[in-house]
Amino acid sequence: MMTEPLLQVKEITKLYAANKGCANVSFDLYPGEVLGIVGESGSGKSTLLSCLSARLAPDSGTIQYRNRAGEMLDLYGLSESRQRQLQRTEWGIVHQHARDGLRMGVSGGANIGERLMATGERHYGNLRATAEQWMSDVELDTDRIDDKPTTYSGGMQQRLQIARNLVTHPRLVFMDEPTGGLDVSVQARLLDLLRRLVTELNLAVVIVTHDLAVARLLAQRLIVMRRGEVVETGLTDQVLDDPQHAYTQLLVSSVLTP
Amino acid sequence: MTSSPVRAGYNFAYLDEQTKRMIRRALLKAVAIPGYQVPFGGREMPMPYGWGTGGMQVTAAVIGHDDCLKVIDQGADDTTNAVSIRSFFRDLTGVDTTEETEAATLIQTRHRIPEKPLHEGQILIYQVPIPEPLRFIEPSEVETRKMHALEDYGVMHIKLYEDIAQFGHIATAYAYPVQVNGRYVMDPSPIPKFDNPKMDNSPALQLFGAGREKRIYAIPPYTEVRSLDFEDHPFEVQRWEASCAICGSESSFLDEVVMDDQGNHEFICSDTDYCRTRLAQQEERA
Repeated sequence: MMTEPLLQVKEITKLYAANKGCANVSFDLYPGEVLGIVGESGSGKSTLLSCLSARLAPDSGTIQYRNRAGEMLDLYGLSESRQRQLQRTEWGIVHQHARDGLRMGVSGGANIGERLMATGERHYGNLRATAEQWMSDVELDTDRIDDKPTTYSGGMQQRLQIARNLVTHPRLVFMDEPTGGLDVSVQARLLDLLRRLVTELNLAVVIVTHDLAVARLLAQRLIVMRRGEVVETGLTDQVLDDPQHAYTQLLVSSVLTP
Repeated sequence: MTSSPVRAGYNFAYLDEQTKRMIRRALLKAVAIPGYQVPFGGREMPMPYGWGTGGMQVTAAVIGHDDCLKVIDQGADDTTNAVSIRSFFRDLTGVDTTEETEAATLIQTRHRIPEKPLHEGQILIYQVPIPEPLRFIEPSEVETRKMHALEDYGVMHIKLYEDIAQFGHIATAYAYPVQVNGRYVMDPSPIPKFDNPKMDNSPALQLFGAGREKRIYAIPPYTEVRSLDFEDHPFEVQRWEASCAICGSESSFLDEVVMDDQGNHEFICSDTDYCRTRLAQQEERA
């Protein structure tokens, strides 16, 4: 028997102007699946991600999410407090710029502990232990636990952001260009880390990227977007090795190889 | 009635009747939703923001001819601000003023709750500089309001977490955040955390006025007020090894006073009325 989908997206449209935004996007996402969204700048990838993660109400279409209890929820039919509750318990949102996703004014440990405190953890010792555990899980030096993220390097900030999101054991993580702006060696480490965490924790991930190598490494399935519309979908290897749409062919042939 | 006439050319209690009515409406709403910050049209008062204009506007809105007013600043009745505000209201309302906590029906305060227990029928009015407890972490008013509405209070414990991480204990000593009636998180104005337990289930009505920020909030009598803490770092009040150099009290909030330029210092009660009363009792017994 097939497992039930985690996320069911039906004809989501959010247009700022004609061809600006995303139009008629539909897909199902299953538990443990990594879905990549690729496309050029301005193709509506991030708009789609914001709609999916309940941060931007679409003009039309529905998004249904199956929660831990197995109930199918209509995302934009929920109250704002339920949406926030989902965001901080069952989901993670990793921003392209770590500064958008972190609290830069408080220590790394507090950043990791915030979600736990928000969901009712009131034991300092446990918070501390969990923060240390997660710091070592994402390969951060636990001595830096009381340092502010402003003193971290870009790669460390990104890893801290990931730890901060995964601490409540989400089932679904949205990532917007998690490796953007990092140099290639740091990128490689981060990708290794992400791939390990995704398998270990059986995460479902929607990852937006314009880097096809990142998509190839992480995603099992791909959605290719252009001018707000989905032009091609399929298994990652299939889409990248045998692109059907003219734009996908252009995209694949534009990759630089050193 | 013992009251003397109001100074010529001024309305009773300085503010005009419409303004007082507006403030009373905000107060009613504040009492109905304990701990919720109600916006109000704060007026200019004849002194600068930060000197207690919020508390004065609340006092002006609730004071009546039969009231007896006490004003304290840092617990003392004889500091500049307390003396000025007391004489301001004596001038502009003609009501009786007092320094005795038990005799007062209205107590306007800054920084302290009197040591003597309050009783039913009394109103305690706080002057508040920053009413928003979430402000330290969230600069946007739109966002903090939403956080209050959605009870999104996880960030409040971040402040306490950071204290323990840095100092090994909760080092926040004043404006210690509380949760009122199991719902709204509230900044109890800059009172020391020593006074936090006195707010819990107090028989007196507690009103908070922030003049610059134009917010009013309240704790009705007999309302639960809980100080935020961690299970393994529970809420604690300050303790002193010294006792009051004047009355010998070991249980009141003490101020440190420098005696000379040789580094000598003493501790005395910050609540002058409490100290004076204890001294009088000791003399009576002797």
